[in-house]
Amino acid sequence: MNVLLSWMREFVPQGFGELENDPNALADVLTGLGLVVESVETVGANWDGIVVAKVLGLRKHPEADRIQLVDVDTGGAASAAGEPLQICCGAFNMTVGDLVPLATIGTTMPGGMEIAERQLRGETSNGMLCSAVELEAGDDSDGIMILDAGLTIGQGLSEALGRESDVLFELDVEGNRPDALSVAGVARDLAAKLGTPFVLPETPFAETEPPASSRASVVIEDSVLCQRFGLRVLDNVTVGQSPLWMQQRLIASGQRPINAVVDISNYVMLERGQPNHTFDLATVPDGALRVRMATEGETITTLDGQERTLSATDGLVCNGDSVAISIAGVMGGFDTEISESTTSVLLEAAVWDRMTIAKTSRRLGLRSEASTRFERGADPQGIERALDRFCQLAAEICGATIAEGALVVDGGVSTPPQVTVRTARVNQILNLDLDVDQVAKLLTPIGFATVSVATDSLVVQIPSWRPDSSAEIDVIEEIGRHHGYEKSGSRVPTPAQAGVLTATQLGRRKVRSAFMAEGFSEAMPLPFLAPGDLAKAGLDEAGISLENPLVAEESILRTSLLPGLLKAVAFNQSHRNADVRLFELGAVFLPSDDELPVEEEWVAAVVMGADAAVAVETLHQVARTLNLAGMRIINSEIAGLHPTRSAELQFWGKSLGSVGEISPEVLEAYEIEGRVAWLAMRVPPIVKAQQSPPKFKKVSRYPSSDLDLAFVVPASVAASDVINTMRKAGGELLKTAELFDVFRSETIGGDARSLAYRLRFQAADRTLTDDELAGVREKIIGAVTKKHTATLR
Amino acid sequence: MTESLLDDLQTSVAEAIAAVTDAADIDALADIERSSLGKKGFVVSAKKAVGTLDPELRKSTGQAINEAKVQLDEAIAARRSELGRSARSAQYEGERMDLTEVPAGASVGHAHIVTQTWDVLEDLFVGMGFRVVEGPHIETDWHNFDALNIPKGHPARDGFDTMYVNHGEPGSTLLRTHTSPVQIRTMLDQEPPIYVIAPGRVFRRDTADSTHMPVFHQIEGLVIDRNISLADLAGTIDAFVTAYFGAEVKSRLRPNYFPFTEPSAEFDIQRSDGSWLEMGGCGMVHPNVLRAGGIDPEEWSGFAFGFGIDRLALMKYGVDDLRDMFANDQRFLAQF
Repeated sequence: MNVLLSWMREFVPQGFGELENDPNALADVLTGLGLVVESVETVGANWDGIVVAKVLGLRKHPEADRIQLVDVDTGGAASAAGEPLQICCGAFNMTVGDLVPLATIGTTMPGGMEIAERQLRGETSNGMLCSAVELEAGDDSDGIMILDAGLTIGQGLSEALGRESDVLFELDVEGNRPDALSVAGVARDLAAKLGTPFVLPETPFAETEPPASSRASVVIEDSVLCQRFGLRVLDNVTVGQSPLWMQQRLIASGQRPINAVVDISNYVMLERGQPNHTFDLATVPDGALRVRMATEGETITTLDGQERTLSATDGLVCNGDSVAISIAGVMGGFDTEISESTTSVLLEAAVWDRMTIAKTSRRLGLRSEASTRFERGADPQGIERALDRFCQLAAEICGATIAEGALVVDGGVSTPPQVTVRTARVNQILNLDLDVDQVAKLLTPIGFATVSVATDSLVVQIPSWRPDSSAEIDVIEEIGRHHGYEKSGSRVPTPAQAGVLTATQLGRRKVRSAFMAEGFSEAMPLPFLAPGDLAKAGLDEAGISLENPLVAEESILRTSLLPGLLKAVAFNQSHRNADVRLFELGAVFLPSDDELPVEEEWVAAVVMGADAAVAVETLHQVARTLNLAGMRIINSEIAGLHPTRSAELQFWGKSLGSVGEISPEVLEAYEIEGRVAWLAMRVPPIVKAQQSPPKFKKVSRYPSSDLDLAFVVPASVAASDVINTMRKAGGELLKTAELFDVFRSETIGGDARSLAYRLRFQAADRTLTDDELAGVREKIIGAVTKKHTATLR
Repeated sequence: MTESLLDDLQTSVAEAIAAVTDAADIDALADIERSSLGKKGFVVSAKKAVGTLDPELRKSTGQAINEAKVQLDEAIAARRSELGRSARSAQYEGERMDLTEVPAGASVGHAHIVTQTWDVLEDLFVGMGFRVVEGPHIETDWHNFDALNIPKGHPARDGFDTMYVNHGEPGSTLLRTHTSPVQIRTMLDQEPPIYVIAPGRVFRRDTADSTHMPVFHQIEGLVIDRNISLADLAGTIDAFVTAYFGAEVKSRLRPNYFPFTEPSAEFDIQRSDGSWLEMGGCGMVHPNVLRAGGIDPEEWSGFAFGFGIDRLALMKYGVDDLRDMFANDQRFLAQF
């Protein structure tokens, strides 16, 4: 919302005091009221050097067809009074005797151009005649601006047109403040804050017989759609250009001047916040209007010439025969539009159902200044004033005569509520110490009138222009806003608890640290996938889809961290990045029959250009940090992974995740070269493991004995199974068992390999004897050879 | 007799000291030590011979022998340490390394800057006595909107650009557009007083550009206690701002509108040039929201605030395009 200071000033007879000369301070006040000023701009550009000149004669340029020579009288401003001054001009719209703006030599135009004496094909130009656009005074660039014949020749243009420099505030108005989508509304808030009176000026105009009620009528068939509907009838309307001052204000407010009737309509909307619409009365039989909802499939040609098919959720203004002539609050119809030949106008100002307008304007893609105001809520009690303001301006500008009386019909309009405001509540929420009088003093200027007062509370009438306000807390906000939030002070509340992270939150941090210690950096791929991404990764295509995706590439929610990390690997590979080790910790989403889908938290890691062994090494390191003792690696085929180089992870008898290498097929589908190591684990079991810290085991004071054993073991037997067997056989004397060598050769033959283990034996309470050691050795060898059809080497 | 004993000893000592000085290494020195001070060395022999002397000579002779022994001891110790030093310097010379030749080796990994910022914020509020609460990413329409005083048809719903998921009734289930539904879950889950923050990932139906992502991260605070006022909100914001940005950074509240708080405010921080930067939204929890959370607004009041984590990360590290933060480029991730 753009608001001019001069325009607001019309509602504040005593002015804004000293702040009027300090636009930035005024902007701070507005911002402090919640009407955030995004920019402050001085407009009403400098017209120094531009004077009123009279055309004395027009002559053909001897050498050029597109330029003419104009002799002007500058009234002594740039040449002696009555003495012709020659100007070369490319416009041909003026006639002898016209008054025109002349930029004299040395003038800097509003657009920055410097005016100097010039030679045009051998003729001297002693200045420049200006168009409205060049003066930034309108959007008419077709010809030289022709000035009012009553102006004084030689007078400065600013003085002649009464134009002073002005300040434009660009405001960001929040959705709860429809009243501030008007100049008057902003002025009311600002005046209240600055303690100066706000006054709606009188809008006098003459009225003529016969009364409007004999020439127009309205029936509201749907009172949900229409809260209130007002009409006026205007005759003898001349549809010409609007005056310069109005055009300037409209331009500053972001509206393009079109013609006097449209301009007045927009002007009244901007000033009062009440959108309005004009019909050519001649096209509306008997001036009869009916307001109803559209029927599904009904059509109307809107004033932009487009035929639009309506839905049963759209509101309509129809003629007496129930033929649609306007989409309520959104856009008028083509057939009833004001034209050059219009003389009588049916003026509508209504307040519509907010949701209906929101739906229709969105569905038709017709959001406008008007629909925005209706969506947020216009003032149903402001209709008469808006109609009157329109009539006053139309009488002044278009020579309109106004038929007596306004026709205003109530639809579903409700009376704004009265609210009891307790000072104790006000003071508790705002940390203030206000009494009822102080509260009333803050509320009255913004239209929250006091209905009755008790010692510790008052009843307040909510104004009709504040549809957002209906409860005590709404009024408390107004009190706070006008008193100033800064007056509430500042203190830090003291919770009666210690701040602490949960086990899950601490666990996540530990998981991240474990992976970072292994050289993995944290990636954050988006959780969205394209259709087919899961299948490409060898996973079930059962991801939850979005109802309204923006693009197909982001239409499925991931069921695994795999696709996102593969995309990250592919991205890094295509950018020739080295040493790509990434991990991600995040949620995956699985379909469910419950109220909400299932969310599982996983951590997964990839190493570009590395095989399963790297994944397993990482796993062991991470498992040590994360207290995952007892985790088992079970060679298995796992979706998306290399079928002969992958394993399932089990922890406390439950599936923890997977480790290995990405399947070559999947890598091909993601256009990744080389191998990619993979490790994935569920987060909750890891978190749980952090909650049972390792139990202390007393360190033995007695010497330990080491023993190396190598077995030839068939390929079908996992190296870890051999260790498990040795552990079982070795009992508590076997402290550690580690695989330290794997050897394959032709002499061993077949698929078998030699696995060499280093075992350490130790007792807690004695030095082991040779006999004891020999015994346990035999037991272990026996168990391994028997269980795994292995042979000792 | 005495004379000749002492003369012999002194000759032996002088010879031994000369040999000590000439000893080429620790072994040669040990030989000299053995032959002079060892069990069969001449010093011990001389000491034994003292017993054969006249009693009146024994004391002075014994003293002379001891002096000779000390003299020899010192010479050996001095030579030993000299030999040790030169052996060490020979070792050092032999082991000389150019440490600038050593490659940097594998890097440790880096936490994502969103995580780094997130953790700092969590720690900061935990320090102020807040707990950290969480909720699901996929939410019901009720938790995300209705319970937050944004009923169906409320114009504020338009502003959220919500992504709905195909689950249950159409339009019933969505990717949360803010962390505020966690407020509702917390209120339904625990009795006041409540002092919590809810950091989390949120979603908007937005095309990615330098300042927008369809997925981003927010942190939200909720306090509900007796007699909580706008002053408590201002104080908490101020405590956070000075802790995070520095003691000299000021904050202010200015009126704004959010459906779930009233009075509502935007909180700004002041840049060093005096201008104000919009940081986030806040306000007193709307009575309707407290009611939706099963809390009596006459008995309890509260405030809430929220702001973006990604933007803080962006500001801290000077990243100028939000998309870079989520491209997962190793060269980006390894910088922080």
